[in-house]
Amino acid sequence: MSESRTIRVGALTRVEGEGALHVSMNNNVIDRVELNIYESPRFFEAFLRGRPLEDVPDLTARICGICPVAYQMSSACAIEAALEIEIPTEIHQLRKLLYCGEWIESHCLHMHLLQAPDFFGYSSGLELGKHFPDEVKRGLRLKKIGNQILEVLGGRSVHPVNVCIGGFYRTPALDELESLIPELEWGLQAAIETTHWISGFNFPDFVCDYDLISISNSSDYPWFGVTMASSKGESFDVQAYEQVICEYQVPHSTALQAHKIESQTSCLFGPLARINHSRDNFHPHARKLADHVNIQWPCNNPFQSIQARSLEVVHAFEEALEICRNYQRPSESRIPYQPRAGVGMAATEAPRGTLYHRYEIDDAGLIQHATIIPPTSQNQKQIENDLRDYLPPLLSMEDDQVAQACERLIRSYDPCISCATHFLKLSIERVQ
Amino acid sequence: MPEKLRLGIFKFASCDGCQLSLLNAEEELLELAELVEFAHFPEASSRIESGPYDLVLIEGSISTPEDLDRIQQIRRQTDTLVTIGACATAGGIQALRNGANHDEFMKLVYPHPEYVQSLATSTPISNHVSVDFELRGCPVDTGQLLQIISDKLHHRKFSVPDHSVCRDCKLQNIVCVSVARGIPCLGPLTQAGCGAICPRFHRGCYGCFGPCHQTNTDGLTDWLIKDGHSSSQLIPLFLNVNAEAPEFARTAAQLIRQDSAEGESDE
Repeated sequence: MSESRTIRVGALTRVEGEGALHVSMNNNVIDRVELNIYESPRFFEAFLRGRPLEDVPDLTARICGICPVAYQMSSACAIEAALEIEIPTEIHQLRKLLYCGEWIESHCLHMHLLQAPDFFGYSSGLELGKHFPDEVKRGLRLKKIGNQILEVLGGRSVHPVNVCIGGFYRTPALDELESLIPELEWGLQAAIETTHWISGFNFPDFVCDYDLISISNSSDYPWFGVTMASSKGESFDVQAYEQVICEYQVPHSTALQAHKIESQTSCLFGPLARINHSRDNFHPHARKLADHVNIQWPCNNPFQSIQARSLEVVHAFEEALEICRNYQRPSESRIPYQPRAGVGMAATEAPRGTLYHRYEIDDAGLIQHATIIPPTSQNQKQIENDLRDYLPPLLSMEDDQVAQACERLIRSYDPCISCATHFLKLSIERVQ
Repeated sequence: MPEKLRLGIFKFASCDGCQLSLLNAEEELLELAELVEFAHFPEASSRIESGPYDLVLIEGSISTPEDLDRIQQIRRQTDTLVTIGACATAGGIQALRNGANHDEFMKLVYPHPEYVQSLATSTPISNHVSVDFELRGCPVDTGQLLQIISDKLHHRKFSVPDHSVCRDCKLQNIVCVSVARGIPCLGPLTQAGCGAICPRFHRGCYGCFGPCHQTNTDGLTDWLIKDGHSSSQLIPLFLNVNAEAPEFARTAAQLIRQDSAEGESDE
């Protein structure tokens, strides 16, 4: 006799945005694993059509309040590629500094308030703070320094206002960047201590077989770049992005998913991909630390991406310090340009993975077509595949424990479901 | 010790940035947790408690059929409801769909529009339930957000300054970007709260906090047009994160009419 059972438990929490997980089983064999992102459509790619190209960085920033700089950077770089604008080194360095601010802010939020509570069984960062007050306060201060960088360079931390096509509206004065240095020096030491703290966590033993994809440069750890590295395939140029990776739609999610076109296989984007490909390009403190904390390289355990994030924070502090110490105010804040017809694409590394933009522009400088592929769409299929591998040993547990374990795994990817609207449910359907 | 304030935070169509503005309170967040129980704040805590709540903060706009029911349920569970940000208060950037062809938009973004539930419009929370206070901004200002929570804690009337960005800008002695550099700026029309950051960065205000109390919008657009800007250049300024705020929507519509009339007279 077959008995069907559907169980709904809890809400998927401590992620940016809201979604659900649906697992169905037949005689204890997993049938379907579906990560539902009930993303409320916001139609950015549609309403960008006809807008002046100058508006795009501010408009696309509104896709995500956690990583607005990533949207500003990918859109500005793509449009600059279309207009064949070369960004001078000193302006590029300031953009990198802005990105350092976002990585520090976003990573420290995720590490302390979203993911770390899982390793101790607490419900929130605030509860974690009662038991680890010094560590959580240190984490919040680190996060605040990230925000300070964003405020000095961009006016505010959420949707900063200073990025424009060709550079910045205004470059900071020398003393504005100098004023950041003491906090950055403290932050570097604090980030190193944080990495040691996090490296002492008890990581579940779960190693996956990943195709890791990120931007990869010969000497720089990637924020920007034109070459994509893949651990299971050939490197490819950003120009060819849409020939290698495509988005497709599934009935259970309003976020588009993505996979490699040729093999139809899932890929993992984000800190684990970057650190496996590019840790040799870390600044000295981060590089040394990567060898001395307990990580086996290559690292393919998604739970350890919190360590990758903390190492990236160390690197970001070193990068920010270098930029602030060597800063000389450029004579011009931006490169002038004439609007003209063209097509441009660019990828940059958002905190949670590669963010790709492509724009077609007409003679008058109006957007004719926009394509945006965000990191969480690209990771969604991989998250589902990992859950499928992670679940079998857990099935003897009660449903609420299975749910919690799944949530913990999902959280480790730092999914940014920021456009999602509906409450997240986890449902397990057991057919016996 | 008095009972803690039961706070609920709920999200509709939005970018998460206004909730993040609360998490950006950093050290104050720990102090706040002494006075406030985060009874429903899924972005920050796995402990989800059902209502009733003393204060609910709503981020995001109403844009799907399910939202219509959910906002009614939430309203019934709370004593006080405050909207936070341009999405909840004016429909947000996603309200740019409101004048457009919704089916066409769906087809542009989704290969299978039939999988997706969406309303043809994105509307503010106050179109659907009674709202006790609307906090402006894209994003909201962390200080103003903390003040609202503090007002509720101390039984004060909600209030934030409703003068213009222009006034704050003058008080900071920033050289006027419109007068000195010829850059169109919505500072004279936009509610203060951001600290006049755009003029500080040598660009015009683009209206994140929406129209302020008692605006002279036509006066500004007439002046900008006399100063050499065309109607078509000014339209995108109003069709932005607060496109559906009535004063901005009215002005955009007027500029669009003017622009097409100019186009016709050129022919």
